[in-house]
Amino acid sequence: MPYRKAHYPQVNIKTKQMHNCRAGNKLIWLPLAAGLLWVVSAAFVEGNFGKNTALPLTDTVPWPATFGLGRAATAADIKAWDIDVSPDGQGLPVGQGTAVAGKIVYQTKCAACHGKTGEAEAGIKLPAPVLVSDTVFASRKTNTIGNYWPYATTVFDYVRRAMPYHAPQSLTNNEVYAVTAYLLSANKIIAADAVMNARSLPKVVMPARKYYINDDRKGGPEVK
Amino acid sequence: MEQNHKEGSSKPTKLSRRKILGGMAAAGILYIQTSLGKTIKPVLPARWRKNDALADELITPGPGPSKIGGRSPYEKPQRLPSDISSRTPLQDLISPITPSDLHYERHHAGVPNIDPEKYELLIHGMVNKPMKFTLRDLKRFPAVSRICFLECSGNFRSGKETMTAQEVCGLTSQSEWTGVMLSTLFREVGIKPKADWFLAEGADAAYLTRSIPTRKAWEDAMIVYGQNGEAIRPEQGYPARLLLPGWEGNMNVKWLRRIELSDQPFMTREETSKYTYPVKDKIRQFSFEMDARSIITSPSYPAKVEPGWNEIRGLAWTGRGKVTKVEVTIDAGRTWQVAQLQEPVLSKAHTYFRLLWYWDGGETEIASRVTDETGYTQPTLKQLIDYRGADMGGYHLNPITAWQIKRDGSVLFKPESRK
Repeated sequence: MPYRKAHYPQVNIKTKQMHNCRAGNKLIWLPLAAGLLWVVSAAFVEGNFGKNTALPLTDTVPWPATFGLGRAATAADIKAWDIDVSPDGQGLPVGQGTAVAGKIVYQTKCAACHGKTGEAEAGIKLPAPVLVSDTVFASRKTNTIGNYWPYATTVFDYVRRAMPYHAPQSLTNNEVYAVTAYLLSANKIIAADAVMNARSLPKVVMPARKYYINDDRKGGPEVK
Repeated sequence: MEQNHKEGSSKPTKLSRRKILGGMAAAGILYIQTSLGKTIKPVLPARWRKNDALADELITPGPGPSKIGGRSPYEKPQRLPSDISSRTPLQDLISPITPSDLHYERHHAGVPNIDPEKYELLIHGMVNKPMKFTLRDLKRFPAVSRICFLECSGNFRSGKETMTAQEVCGLTSQSEWTGVMLSTLFREVGIKPKADWFLAEGADAAYLTRSIPTRKAWEDAMIVYGQNGEAIRPEQGYPARLLLPGWEGNMNVKWLRRIELSDQPFMTREETSKYTYPVKDKIRQFSFEMDARSIITSPSYPAKVEPGWNEIRGLAWTGRGKVTKVEVTIDAGRTWQVAQLQEPVLSKAHTYFRLLWYWDGGETEIASRVTDETGYTQPTLKQLIDYRGADMGGYHLNPITAWQIKRDGSVLFKPESRK
């Protein structure tokens, strides 16, 4: 059979009908096949087949102002789930902590994976990223909070939502503030006695912040 | 007839064309005419069965129909798992859809077990009406299906010659996804004019979060619950995930539980300390689109080629629209020939290409490079290093990938140094 590039089922149907019309009653099949051909070619002209760029396709029934699905979220719904923290401090909870308290939290809850102090240890491959180093981006061996992270609020947000790995969201807000203070202090970004809370944390200027630029590529021939 | 002949001759001891043709005359053949053409079904005399390696199998009834099908026991494609990801066996795939059970994985705290009856999606923040939607709600909205690829932006490995396509760049896969356009849901909640960003949060143990420009919702973002005709797989985000066609895999948040609209990005861990990369003396952030890339998957390590006619095959894709051209070199980059693209070429989708190749048995290198509809051509590793510097990290690397063809027909990956 003279198979064309049969990507669309419509083409198959057409070929099949043409075959039947030779084998059977031409008078009956010809108008049907012609009609089918017209439908298929109309569909191609409309561009509905073989193109994936016309999403979403327009419905033949106009959309209502609202579909009436779902329910209004209550303030309690949102409060229970909304745990993110923004660089300007939005979302930071009440509470506070210092590096001294944080060191104890770190040693109890973090050191097993991130090492005794959070620094790289010679000859030891830790199961989790190194967290502590100096703050020199250019000479870094691995990316750490000190040499790579652009926002202090991200440390709080990430520790609170995802750490410790095997028991995420098990730390109190004070513990999260404290361990954040410890990590910032160990990276020599804040003083050892600095108190971290909703006011002070967003004001911490991270050494690597100045290196961040937005990707401005938009396609085209240039390789960047 | 031709097809019967081919099936019968895939092992040397099976039916030959001559036997079939002779048999038609001598032994009697069921000659069946169907609406699709003529097919033949040989009914073999008993004396032939003795000499036919397949005869016993052919005449023993096999297992009957079953509730769930499986692969032929002779086919064993597998993902290649590590602690945090698993890779698609690109060298074993033969057309653009990745079987769902071979779709690559990348998790940040494992695969959660989510009861679809308890699933809810919260949309809040800078909206007129914060809302929660159940999975049933999502499925009642107008549904859309589209085929597109997903690719991890850390999808480049190198270092030794004995690497498969799966090892080099197996963190890309393609499915047909079904769900609701994100714009449909945003229409329901009403997005405030200043809400240029939204946070997407997953329900995995990492509560993984990414900030996404709201414009992507108006373009083509979806919340999908279907994958290749059935419910999305747990590893791909069951019961519902975000789908951002063409954008780096990590942003397509799986197990999606919450969307919060805002006037600023949230600067989450995954978009600051991860998924960013040094470019010269800066750190480039918010690289969304996956750049055009291609790789030859056949022949590729560990396959062997034989002298004579072969077909070079592979896949090409771009997060910036459609693939417009794939070129293949069979002489280590001295000349490039335009390959045939498999239609239909879809936007932001894996596109298969092929080029006939007569291998004369000499040593050479083969490679492919793709050009997309923006005019961007897949670069060499050197071009990337020249612009970004050798300390360019591991994200958003899409270099031309070459395979070495040895005299004995073995095919080896060609690792390139970053220095």
